Amino acid sequence: MKLTRRGFFKIAGATGAAAATNRSAPAGASAPPDDPYGCLVDLTRCIGCRKCEEACNRVNGLPPPEEPFEDPTVLNRLRRPDEKAFTVVNRYFPGQLDASNQLVPTFVKIQCMHCQEPACASACIVGALTKKENGTVHYDVTKCIGCRYCMVACPFEIPAYEYHDPITPRVMKCTFCFERISKEGGLPGCAEICPTEAITFGRRQTLLKVAKDRIRDNPARYIDRIYGEKEVGGTSWMYISAVPFEKLGFIDVPNEPTPKLAETIQHTLFSYLWSPIVLYGLLGGIMWTSHKNRAEDEDEEGDRR
Amino acid sequence: MTHHPYPLKTRFWTPGVVVLAVLMAAGALTILARFIGGIGYVSNLSTARPWGLWIGVDVASGVALAAGGFTTAFLAHIVGRHYYEPVVRPALLTAMLGYTFVVLGLLIDIGRSWAIWKPMIFWNFDSVLFEVAMCVMFYLNVLYIEFVPVVVEQFKGRVNLPGPLAGLNGPAESLLGLADRVLGKIMWVFVIAGVVLSCMHQSSLGSLMLVAPTKVHPLWYTPILPLLFLTSAIAVGYPMVVFETTIATSSFKLDGEMRVLGPLTRITIWLLGLYMALKIGDMVVRGTWVYLLDGTAQTNAFLAEMILGVIAPWLMLLSDKVRHNRRALFAACAMIVGGVLLNRINVFVVAYKPPVSEANYFPAVGEILITVGLIATLMFIYRFLVTHLPVLSAPAREVSS
Repeated sequence: MKLTRRGFFKIAGATGAAAATNRSAPAGASAPPDDPYGCLVDLTRCIGCRKCEEACNRVNGLPPPEEPFEDPTVLNRLRRPDEKAFTVVNRYFPGQLDASNQLVPTFVKIQCMHCQEPACASACIVGALTKKENGTVHYDVTKCIGCRYCMVACPFEIPAYEYHDPITPRVMKCTFCFERISKEGGLPGCAEICPTEAITFGRRQTLLKVAKDRIRDNPARYIDRIYGEKEVGGTSWMYISAVPFEKLGFIDVPNEPTPKLAETIQHTLFSYLWSPIVLYGLLGGIMWTSHKNRAEDEDEEGDRR
Repeated sequence: MTHHPYPLKTRFWTPGVVVLAVLMAAGALTILARFIGGIGYVSNLSTARPWGLWIGVDVASGVALAAGGFTTAFLAHIVGRHYYEPVVRPALLTAMLGYTFVVLGLLIDIGRSWAIWKPMIFWNFDSVLFEVAMCVMFYLNVLYIEFVPVVVEQFKGRVNLPGPLAGLNGPAESLLGLADRVLGKIMWVFVIAGVVLSCMHQSSLGSLMLVAPTKVHPLWYTPILPLLFLTSAIAVGYPMVVFETTIATSSFKLDGEMRVLGPLTRITIWLLGLYMALKIGDMVVRGTWVYLLDGTAQTNAFLAEMILGVIAPWLMLLSDKVRHNRRALFAACAMIVGGVLLNRINVFVVAYKPPVSEANYFPAVGEILITVGLIATLMFIYRFLVTHLPVLSAPAREVSS
């Protein structure tokens, strides 16, 4: 149990800790894993075949797509992952030309980034979302109440929701194939099928080294940036690219984990419930004094009569 | 006080109440649709815009506008200004109903309504929402306990259950007697707890959006957002009391209680002034005034919130004339209430712009029907309760010839 970080309601938390020992540590209460698994996506290798989308659909048992995975016209519009597709590939024309003056496309696979310090897990009211040691940001549907605060918190707008299920809707997002990668030698569906090895699965530290080596060995091929190395405190999924990420739909995010401010305020104010206790005492004092004064006033009035 | 609270016992079904009933029926049908077709069937909520009208109005504004409960309790029962006693019960009733409807609104908004109890078992101390939920849960119970004496006062010694339930008259009577004896002695525990819990979650509601720094417009995204939420909730407490008391006394043709409301809003000058100073100071310190004239919908919403909802009514309240004139005071207080309502909608809906998809949102008809239906139900129950329980103490207006 890593309950070392300051927790508000700590007094109450102490009693609950015993009950919590057979569960994983509450979301965010654990430090980010030292060397989680991750995936490195090399955008210079991706050919936009959408095999990863198909594999993802299959291994996660998602409903069949409206348009077949072989249909290339799907790429004519920009898509976002949703409750029926945990990953999508989008095509961008960032302006590079080939030998015959044709615009060169860059394909970008989108899915949950599996942040090292996930905002969704910090936000989750019941700790249904947790960062696992193997790198997965894991969703436990049995705890979820459907408040969708994770969706508000996620800086990458990833978690989707089954809005059309009236009673048991789920938050839907890339699982990092938690079951598969938990087995020895297991790969996420998308990484396993990728025909161009655009997706490399491995330990995050190793992947960072691989990425840096590729950039160093081929400075003409890559820009010198790994998206996900530092973004929002680092992510398990990382990207390297030939063109600036801003041209490929990647947003600028701070290097600080986004829930930091909210957590700091919350923990500062409520650790050991100190502020409510002080306020209670203060108000009790005021109440006692005002009632005493009132009683004395009434006594005096009584004396005068 | 010269007048004690008494049940009004007036005619219940007036034309206004019929309108409420129609709105309630429309809301009920939409709620039915939500539980048949899902949230997506009646709302415009999406992946990029997971929170909309229901969170902005039913929950956030519901909590803020119920602040009359703890602010009047503080004034009359903690500081001991018993002069203001006549507004404590109506404010308490509004708070009790307000929070009840916050929970009802949540039950509709959360996807798994049946799982709403789970935060009691699964705790996440990092989650601002967890703290808010715990406080709201405890505070709702505190409000119910604080309301028990009103029920006891009405029924103690006169329990007369109909027909087959008559056998329970004895037990019910002794229960009321017990509540009367015990609660009188320990009510102070709950009165203080109510104020403490309110301060906690009123401020934490502001911390909720701090988790999304890249999504909330800088005009609203500030580290002091929790302080702004707390001070605005405290500031809106008495204006909300004026707002609802004026509506209630007009509707029931009672005396306007200006004797109490005028002095009450004198305090608001300081409270609203503090909120205004913090809000403007925050804007100056962070330099966000540069956005003010860029003409976007967000900026205009901010200007409306500040000018119409804070600055103008504050200036109005400075005038003695306004504070002694029933209509003018009502107008000023309605503007303050509207300003806080708009602030909550702004923070949770208008200021929220997802940077990747830049998705827009406008509430669907279904969302509006449910929100309006819930508010109508709240007013309906308020009317029912003040008709049958001793809540209001204003005497009937004297008929002038």
